[in-house]
Amino acid sequence: MNFLKNLLTLRWITGRRVVIAVPFLWLTFAFLVPFLIVLRISFTEADNGGNPFGTLMTLVDGVVTLKVKIANYLFIAEDELYALTYLNSLKFAAITAALCLVIGYPFAYFMARAKPTVRPVLLMLVMMPFWTSFLLRIYAWKGILANHGILNNFLISIGAIGEPLHLMNTQFSLIVGMVYAYLPFMILPLYANLVKMDVRFLEAAADLGATPLQAFWRITVPLSKSGIIAGTMLVFIPAVGEYVIPELLGGPETLMIGRQLWDEFFTNNDWPLASSVTVVVILLILVPMAIFNKYKADQEARS
Amino acid sequence: MTIERAAEPFLLIRNLIKEFDGVRAVNDVSVAINKGEIFALLGSSGCGKSTLLRMLAGFETPTHGTITLGGKDIVGVPPYQRPINMMFQSYALFPHLSVWDNIAFGLRRDGLPKDEIAARVEQMLSLVQLGAYGKRKPHQLSGGQQQRVALARSLAKRPQLLLLDEPLGALDKKLRERTQMELVGIIEEVGVTCVMVTHDQDEAMSMATRIAVMSEGRILQFGAPGEIYETPNCRFVADFIGSVNLFNGSVSVDEPDHVIIDTPEGRHYVTHGITGTMGMPVSVAVRPEKIALQAEAPTLEQRAVAGEHGYNCVQGVVAGIAYFGNETSYHVQLDGGMVLKATRTNAARHDDSALKRDQRVFAWWDGADVVVLTR
Amino acid sequence: MSNFVQRWFGRGWLSLGYLFLYLPIVVLVVFSFNSSRQDMVWSGFSTQWYAELMNDSEIIGGFGLSLRIALLTAFASVVLGTFAAFVLNRYQRFSGRTLFAGMVSAPLVMPEVIIGLSLLLMLVSVQKLFGFPERGLVTIWLGHTLLGMAYAAVVVQSRLQEMNKSLEEAAMDLGCKPYQVFFLVTLPNIKQALGSAWLLTFTLSLDDVVLSAFLSGPGSSTMPIVIFSRARLGLDPRVNAVAALTILVVSIGVIASSLYIARTERLRQKQVAAAAKG
Repeated sequence: MNFLKNLLTLRWITGRRVVIAVPFLWLTFAFLVPFLIVLRISFTEADNGGNPFGTLMTLVDGVVTLKVKIANYLFIAEDELYALTYLNSLKFAAITAALCLVIGYPFAYFMARAKPTVRPVLLMLVMMPFWTSFLLRIYAWKGILANHGILNNFLISIGAIGEPLHLMNTQFSLIVGMVYAYLPFMILPLYANLVKMDVRFLEAAADLGATPLQAFWRITVPLSKSGIIAGTMLVFIPAVGEYVIPELLGGPETLMIGRQLWDEFFTNNDWPLASSVTVVVILLILVPMAIFNKYKADQEARS
Repeated sequence: MTIERAAEPFLLIRNLIKEFDGVRAVNDVSVAINKGEIFALLGSSGCGKSTLLRMLAGFETPTHGTITLGGKDIVGVPPYQRPINMMFQSYALFPHLSVWDNIAFGLRRDGLPKDEIAARVEQMLSLVQLGAYGKRKPHQLSGGQQQRVALARSLAKRPQLLLLDEPLGALDKKLRERTQMELVGIIEEVGVTCVMVTHDQDEAMSMATRIAVMSEGRILQFGAPGEIYETPNCRFVADFIGSVNLFNGSVSVDEPDHVIIDTPEGRHYVTHGITGTMGMPVSVAVRPEKIALQAEAPTLEQRAVAGEHGYNCVQGVVAGIAYFGNETSYHVQLDGGMVLKATRTNAARHDDSALKRDQRVFAWWDGADVVVLTR
Repeated sequence: MSNFVQRWFGRGWLSLGYLFLYLPIVVLVVFSFNSSRQDMVWSGFSTQWYAELMNDSEIIGGFGLSLRIALLTAFASVVLGTFAAFVLNRYQRFSGRTLFAGMVSAPLVMPEVIIGLSLLLMLVSVQKLFGFPERGLVTIWLGHTLLGMAYAAVVVQSRLQEMNKSLEEAAMDLGCKPYQVFFLVTLPNIKQALGSAWLLTFTLSLDDVVLSAFLSGPGSSTMPIVIFSRARLGLDPRVNAVAALTILVVSIGVIASSLYIARTERLRQKQVAAAAKG
């Protein structure tokens, strides 16, 4: 009751509320409302009468008819294709993240250990690919891995192989493209973390008798945990929903959820089905995220 | 402090309470601070002194209680409308502004005319002796210089109340001593009432007109430094300020002009009466510098206390010696088990009566140099 | 592992790594000067593709559109992102905070296809009800800003967290009302973060394919969309030319800013050292 009363008096408009309201309203219209609309559409049936999203409610002769079609969701649950595609996406994203970590960690490590005068240059050299267009860099690999691409031409010219290797549109080309695109996203947070690490920890370890290798595994790596997690998240999460790379470099065996959704939407024009898949994917992503956030908030509150 | 001024209560804090999630950081504090004095809130971290200061500044709102400044209630007045300014522990100088602009910042918010602002800033700069540094940015200044700018900035608006948050915390020891005097000099020259917060007793004792010792949200005792040091009202205060030896025992003789306390280490003759009863458990507090140490037993003349002998004297073995140059501190393991701390000024360059480790010694003191604590 | 071995292993790894990172970039640039069209075989130096690029209205038009959208996106993202970062950093308790925090960071974890799809469906619904907006610049800008805001919020929030809170209290103590505190003290001190957020969202928008594809209309193809459709069909040396030009611009930008940052940092260190000496 107090809430309504305050609403009617202008006292309600405090500076603080305005500041909160601006981004809140934007997000509500740009984010929440679309999601609700997607939700609504997912429960309808594709109309052939030029209405790509069906009608949910109709008012005829004073009778409100609610047609909720859950068949879309049942279809998703039953058809293996979607589950497989999603798992495929997870698989390739995980492989990408792992490879980026294996290649990127030593890279960031040696960058951090370089002389302080050299480090800015090394950092700059990683920044340049980072700021260069994603799309163009992926496009470059088409020219390299194609049947008459650079790699094949080179190998044939030195006589290593007789026939061009079929590298394009395979799992190999996809992984190469993904790792290439996402490598800077792994290197930069790792570098930021490793460069701040106190060298004195390693000196203390050496003083206590540890070999450099032991010091690395037992001190450096655990201390860089937050960098590893940050880098992995920065690679894995976007990689799952990646569309451009599988489309340009991938093939029939590399069906990922991004492409699946795109095809469903643009090619099949089945918007309700695409919406249902969307809702499922969103839930699959948001629910673990919410749990993770809650967990993090609880941890912070406890410490 | 040398300023003689009629005590004129200016800042009145009444029954102030601040709760955070059910825990009382400030628990029913009442104190009256006089105009022109430097009042120190002394305590270790977590005692509530910073919260109290922040409530004076306006950054925290009290849960209960009132704060009156010059007769006006300031609870509920936002910080930017209070005639109070604060010098922060980290100085909080605006890094994007020059020294000149930092000091002028508050004046500009008041809408003063430009030449008046200029005059005031120049005045402040010369007050803290940084006249030539106006154009510099904070990162181009040393720690001591940054502090002076912070002080100048907080005095620029001629506040009715100046708040200092651990003013000397960030400085190293040598700089600290010099700055203490300078700081007090400037504050007294300006004549502003000042409340400071510190955990360093040396700082409080040397700078403040009056000190309030705080613990767990309450003020345990307040008064002039000498009062607090020589007449602590409880064990906590006695132990917090300086060092003290506490003998725990009970009252065996209770007369208006003297009492006798029986403790396991010996009997204490105290040359003043106390408010208490026979048999009451008390502590006898003796400061280390009031204790005399010597190898031979003290003569009757030395030990005579109002004609009585055998009191205020213990025996033990020297267990530790710490030499500080100007004084030496001895830890004496008494026969009863307690460790007594005594200090001696090194008045002469060579001391033939210097005590050694494991030497057996007598420790004794005057009955007037003792405080009896009932809590 | 001795120091010597470690050092050379390190140099080897870094060299191979940089080779891997730069090989495709070098290939792109080199082959933009190739005189043959199809094969990736060098058949002579030629700048014909650059000339053709100048007449390529599709790409030039796309670039113009992308640039405009990117500028609008960058400004909107930084403003909204700063609002969001400020709210999340300063206001610890208000109803709906969890929902708000979730909505701000959700675009970061959701695949762009999903964001694009959702926005498109909403736009079509709105269009059916109100008759506007037509899909084009505004709609693409909308999607880019949604994503950009999330990134900007992250950048600005981390800077707000680092910032000394006492600065804002000092400002209030000296007489600033809350909005004055923001403009006079907070904003100047997060300048750098605002700059990085602007650059980040600008680049993001300029390079975006998926959201643009969902949200564009007939006649509003951004440059990435054009490049993408051509890339799908095969190799096009004009794309190489675009790539080479982009790389040139980015390189100049990165080098210039690195030099600038290094120089100001060195100057600052010298000033601090001089001050310490008195």
